[in-house]
Amino acid sequence: MSNDDDRYYVPHGSHWPIVGSAGLFFLMIGVSVWLNGGDTGFWVMLSGAAIIIFMLIGWFGEVIAESEGGRYNNQVDMSFRMGMFWFIFSEVMFFCAFFGALFYARNMSVPWLGGDSNNFFTNFIVWDGFESTWPTNGPGNIGGDFEAMGPFGLPLINTAILLTSSATVSVAHHALLHGQRALLKVSLAATFILGFIFVILQAEEYIEAYQHMNLTMSSGIYGSTFYMLTGFHGMHVTIGAIMLTVMWLRVMKGHFTPTKHFAFEATAWYWHFVDVVWVGLYVFVYWM
Amino acid sequence: MIRKIYMGVFALLGAANANADWTLNMPKGVTELSAETYEIHMVVFWWCVGIAVVVFGAMIYSIFAHRKSKGAVASNFSHSITAEIIWTVIPVVILLIMAVPSAELLIKLEDTRDPDLTVVVTGYQWKWHYRYQGEDVAFYSSLARASVAARRRGSGIDPETVENYLLEVDKPLVVPKGAKVRILLTSNDVVHSWWVPELAIKKDAVPGFINETWFSADVVGVYRGQCAELSGMDHGYMPIVVEVLEEDVYNEWLDRQKGSPNVAADGDVR
Amino acid sequence: MSTIVADDHDLHVDHSHDGPVKGWRRWVYATNHKDIGTMYLIFSLAMFFSGGLMALIIRTELFTPGLQFIDPAFFNQMTTMHALIMVFGAVMPAFVGLANWMIPLMIGAPDMALPRMNNWSFWILPVAFSILGSTLLMPGGAPASGWTMYPPLVLQTGDAFPFLIFSIHLMGLSSIMGAINVIVTIINMRAPDMTLLKMPMFVWTWLITAYLLLAVMPVLAGAVTMLLTDQFFGTSFFLAAGGGDPVMFQHIFWFFGHPEVYIMILPAFGVVSEIIPTFARKPLFGHDSMVYAASSIAFLSFIVWAHHMFTVGMPLTGQMFFMFATMLIAVPTGVKVFNWTATMWKGSMTFETPMLFSLGFLFLFTIGGFSGLMLAIVPADIQYHDSYFVVAHFHYVLVPGSIFGLMAAVYYWLPKWTGHYYNERQGQIHFWLSTIFVNMTFFPMHFLGLAGMPRRIPDYSTQFSDFNSVASIGAIGFGLSQLLFVYIVYQCAQKKGPKATTAVWDNPQGLEWTVPSPAPYHTFDTPPRITSSTAFS
Ligand code: HEA
Ligand code: HEA
Ligand code: CUA
Ligand SMILES: [Cu+2]
Repeated sequence: MSNDDDRYYVPHGSHWPIVGSAGLFFLMIGVSVWLNGGDTGFWVMLSGAAIIIFMLIGWFGEVIAESEGGRYNNQVDMSFRMGMFWFIFSEVMFFCAFFGALFYARNMSVPWLGGDSNNFFTNFIVWDGFESTWPTNGPGNIGGDFEAMGPFGLPLINTAILLTSSATVSVAHHALLHGQRALLKVSLAATFILGFIFVILQAEEYIEAYQHMNLTMSSGIYGSTFYMLTGFHGMHVTIGAIMLTVMWLRVMKGHFTPTKHFAFEATAWYWHFVDVVWVGLYVFVYWM
Repeated sequence: MIRKIYMGVFALLGAANANADWTLNMPKGVTELSAETYEIHMVVFWWCVGIAVVVFGAMIYSIFAHRKSKGAVASNFSHSITAEIIWTVIPVVILLIMAVPSAELLIKLEDTRDPDLTVVVTGYQWKWHYRYQGEDVAFYSSLARASVAARRRGSGIDPETVENYLLEVDKPLVVPKGAKVRILLTSNDVVHSWWVPELAIKKDAVPGFINETWFSADVVGVYRGQCAELSGMDHGYMPIVVEVLEEDVYNEWLDRQKGSPNVAADGDVR
Repeated sequence: MSTIVADDHDLHVDHSHDGPVKGWRRWVYATNHKDIGTMYLIFSLAMFFSGGLMALIIRTELFTPGLQFIDPAFFNQMTTMHALIMVFGAVMPAFVGLANWMIPLMIGAPDMALPRMNNWSFWILPVAFSILGSTLLMPGGAPASGWTMYPPLVLQTGDAFPFLIFSIHLMGLSSIMGAINVIVTIINMRAPDMTLLKMPMFVWTWLITAYLLLAVMPVLAGAVTMLLTDQFFGTSFFLAAGGGDPVMFQHIFWFFGHPEVYIMILPAFGVVSEIIPTFARKPLFGHDSMVYAASSIAFLSFIVWAHHMFTVGMPLTGQMFFMFATMLIAVPTGVKVFNWTATMWKGSMTFETPMLFSLGFLFLFTIGGFSGLMLAIVPADIQYHDSYFVVAHFHYVLVPGSIFGLMAAVYYWLPKWTGHYYNERQGQIHFWLSTIFVNMTFFPMHFLGLAGMPRRIPDYSTQFSDFNSVASIGAIGFGLSQLLFVYIVYQCAQKKGPKATTAVWDNPQGLEWTVPSPAPYHTFDTPPRITSSTAFS
C-alpha cells in the first residue's frame, strides 16, 4: 500500500558508530596520558584521531552514497536539517560558556578584586593597590606585562574576510538554487579559500602576540579569555573550511540539485554560525 | 557494633526519646539573628506541613474512597479553569508571605557595618587561622590531640570515649559577649566554609577574595562547628570552636595572648 | 479531551524488513530504537548497581563514628564517583532508554529520526564510563572533589584529572546527540494527525528535557574545558591572582547543574502522568496546563542556579533575586502535583505495581520538593547548606523521585516490551520494601543536617551516630530490595509470566497499546491513522 517514496528510510545496522567510539576511546586516553606527561600518549592520541577521521570519511561516504542513490525522501531530509540546526544551537551554547566567563570577569571578578560591591576588604587586605581595569592579567600580574590585541590590523582584516566569505557562500547557495553551476563552483571555492586565509592570518596573529606582545594563554584572565574564545572559534573555522572544501569537491563531482542539497545547506548554516560568533568576538574581545 | 544495630532498630520503632543526645531540629542558637533564622525555618516548615496535610489528605482520601474495589465508577472530567487558577494563586500568596520576612532577615545578616571587633579568618588545608585586626594577636586553630589520636583507622580508641570527638580544637577563637564581631574570611588554598550553627553563620572562605559576615553572641559559652565546604582529604577534620567570654575575662585573655608568638597569615593568603 | 486511538486495520507490520540480525552485531551495529533502548536500560541498571555499591561503601563507613574500613581520601572518591555514576550513568541514560523505546511507539513513528547517531549516542557511554571508572586504579586515585568539581580543589586531583574532564566531555557528547535525536523524532516523525497538544505527556516532558539538555550540556563541557586549561595551559579563569575567580566556576557549573536536576525529574513527571490516568481510569486532568507547567519549570530552571551558592558571598541583590526565582518554581510544580491529585479524584483506582510506584513518587517527591522550598529561603539555607539536610532533600527528589519514576515506567511498559506480565505479587513486595527502606535511609538525614552534620565527611562526632546507623541499615535494605527488582525483570524477560494482551492494562490510552505485545521489531512502517475520540467513554 505504500511506495518507497513516502517511506521513512531506516538504515540497517551500521558499524561506523562503534568505530567512532573506539576512536574516541583512544583519542581521549591518549590526550590524557600525554597531558600527564606520558610520551606514549601522543601516539595513542594520533591513532585515535586517525580512527575518527577514518570513521568520518566512511560514515559520511555511506550517507552520501545513500543520498545520491535517492533513498532519502523529504522527511529524511527534514530530519537532517533539524538535526543540524539543533547541533548548531548546542555549539552556540558551548561558546556561551566562554562568553559568560568573559562577561563575568570583566563585570564581576575584576571589579571585585578592585574593591567593588561587597569587596572592600578583598582589595584592602589581599590585593592592596590593585585597580580594576580591562584588559588585565589580574592583581598577581600573571604572565608578566603584556600588550592587548587591538581591534585594527589583522583582526579587522579577518573580520572583512569572514564577512566576505559569508557573502560568497550565500552567492554559492543562490547559484545552486538557480542551477548556475559555474558560479557555484567559483564562489564556493572563494569561500573556503577565504576560510583558510582566515585561519592562516589568525595563526599569524597568535605568533605576533606570543613573540612581540607577550600576550600568551597565561596572561591572566585577559589572555585566558582571548585565547579560549579565539582559539575555539579558529578551530570551528578550520572545521567549517574543511566542510566547505568537501562540499566543493562534491559539487565538482556533480552532486546536489536545486531541490536536494542538504549537506551544502548545512555547511552554509555552519559557516554563518561561525561568522556570527566572530562578530560577537570582534565586538567583545577586540573592540570593547 | 551490635549496640548500634540495636539502637538502629530501636529508633525505627519510634522510641525517639530514648537517647538524650538526639536533636531533631535546628538549634535556636545564641544570637538575635540565629533566633530569627530559627523562626523563619519553623515558619516555612509549618507552611509546608500545612500544605502537605491538605494535599496528602486529598490524595489519601481519594486513594481510599475512589478505588475500584470499593465499586467506585470513574467520572470523566479532565479540566477546570477555576481549579487551575485557585491552585496557582494560593501558592503564590503563601510564597509571598514567606518571602517578606526572609528578605528582611537577609538584609540584617548582610549588614556588617560598625563592628566592635574584626577577625580575619583564613582557611588552610586543614586548619583555621585567626587574626584579630588591630591587635597583635594571631594563631592557628587545629583539631585537638585527643581527636587526632582517635580518628585514625585502627587507632583502637573508641570515639565515644573522646570528649567532643572531632569538635574540639587546640586553640579556640575567643570573643567577648555582646560585641558585634565581624568575620573576614579568606583561604590560603581551596574553598573552605566557616560554619557555627549556634551563631547561625556559614560563609565560604574563597582564595583571593574576602567574604564578610558577623555575629553578636548573647550567651557566654563554647560553640562548635565544622568546615562546610569540601576541601580535600581532611575536610572533616577542621572544626571551629568559638568561645564567648564576659568582656573583662576576654580582655584578660587578649592581654595574655599579646606576649605569645604570632603567626602572620597575611603574606600567604594569595 | 481528545485522545489518540489508532485504527486497527491501518496498523500493518511490514514484513519486507528483516527481523533482528543474529549475534553480537544486532547490538553493536544496532539502529533499531527498541534494541538501543534495551541497551540503554541495561547499561543504566549496571551503573545504578555500581553507583549503589559505592553508596553502600559510604554508608558502611558512616555506620558508626570513627574510621573503620576506608580512609578519608578514598571516602571522597566514593562520594564523587557515586554521584557522577548515578547522575550521568544511571538516571540520565535510563530516561534516554525509555525515550528510545517509547517515543516512536507513542507518536506512531517507524524509529528514531537518526538511527545511526542513536547507536553512537549509546556506544559513547561505555567508553566514557570505562575511562571514568579506570581512574579508581590510578596514582592519586579517582577524582575526589565531589561531583561539583569546584576549583581549586579539583585541580589537586592526581593523574585522574584529564580522564575526568574527557569522560565528562564524552557524556556530554552522548547526551547532546541523544537530545537532538529526541527533538527531531518528536517534531518530524509524528503520525500525521498527532498534533503537538495531542501528544502524550511523556513525549512532552521529554521534548522539554531534550531542549534543556541541548542548552546546558555544552555549558558543562565549556566549564570543564576551562578547568583543563587552568590545569595544563596556564590560564587563570578560576584564579584570583590572574583576575579570575574560583566562584566563576560555580556559576557556570550551576547554570548547567540546576537545569540538570530537572532533566532528571521531568521525564519522571511524564511517566507518572501516563500511569496515573491508566490506573485511575480517568483522563489526565489539565493536559494542557501540565504542558505549560513543565515549560515554566524548564524556563525558571535557567534563572535560579545561584541558589546553590548562597554562602559564597554574592551581593545582596543577587541573593534576593535567586531566592525569589527559586521559590517561584514551587508554583508550576504545585500545579503538576494538584493535577495528578485531581486525576485520581473520583477515579476508579486499582493499585498495580506501576501505580504504587507512581503514588510513592507523588508523596515522596513532594516531601523532597518541600525541603527544596525550605532550602530556597536564603537565611535558612545559610544553616542548611552543605549539611545532610541538603543530602536528604536531593535524595528525596532523586531516589523516590527519579528512580521510582523509572521503576514505575519499567513495570508499566515491561509487558509491552516482553509480551509477558511480571509477577504482580513480587512487584508489590518490591515496592513496599523500597518505600520503607528509602524513608529509613533518607528521612533521618534531615535531622542530621539540622543538628549540624556537614556533608562529605567520612567521620563524625558522636552525637550524630544513632541516625547515621539507621540510615546505613536503611541503605543496605534498600540495596537488597533492588536485587528483587532485577529478579522480577529477569523472570519477565525470560517470559515466565502470563502472556500480555495488546492493551496490557485496563483500557489504557495511547498508541503504544495498539501494537501487539511484545511490540514487533518494526512498528509503524506506515504511519497509523489517528482518530479523535472521547477518552474512557
Ligand atoms: C530531581 C532533582 C531535583 C529536584 C526536582 C529539585 C527541586 C528543587 N530544589 Fe533541589 N537539589 C537537587 C536536586 C533536585 N532539586 C540536588 C541534586 C541538589 C544538591 C546538589 C549538590 O549540592 O550536590 C539540590 C540542592 C538544592 C538547593 C541548594 C541547597 C544548598 O546546597 O544549600 C536548593 C536551594 O534552593 C534547592 C531547591 C529546590 C527547589 C525549590 C526545588 C523545587 O523544584 C521543588 C518544587 C516542589 C514543591 C515545592 C512540592 C510540590 C508543590 C506543591 C504541593 C505546591 C504548593 C507548595 C508551596 C507553595 C510550598 N535544591
Ligand atoms: C540519581 C542520583 C542518586 C541516587 C540514585 C543516589 C542513591 C543513593 N545515595 Fe546518593 N548522592 C547523589 C546522587 C544519588 N544518590 C549525589 C548527586 C550526591 C552528592 C555527591 C557529592 O557530594 O558530590 C550523593 C551523595 C550521597 C551521600 C553523601 C555522601 C557524602 O556527603 O559524603 C550518601 C550518604 O549516605 C548517599 C547515599 C545514597 C544511597 C544509600 C543511595 C541508594 O539509593 C542507592 C541504592 C542502590 C544500591 C544500594 C545498589 C543496588 C544493590 C546492590 C549493589 C547489591 C548489593 C547489595 C548488597 C549485597 C547489600 N549519596
Ligand atoms: Cu575545609 Cu572543608
Ligand atoms: Cu538547584
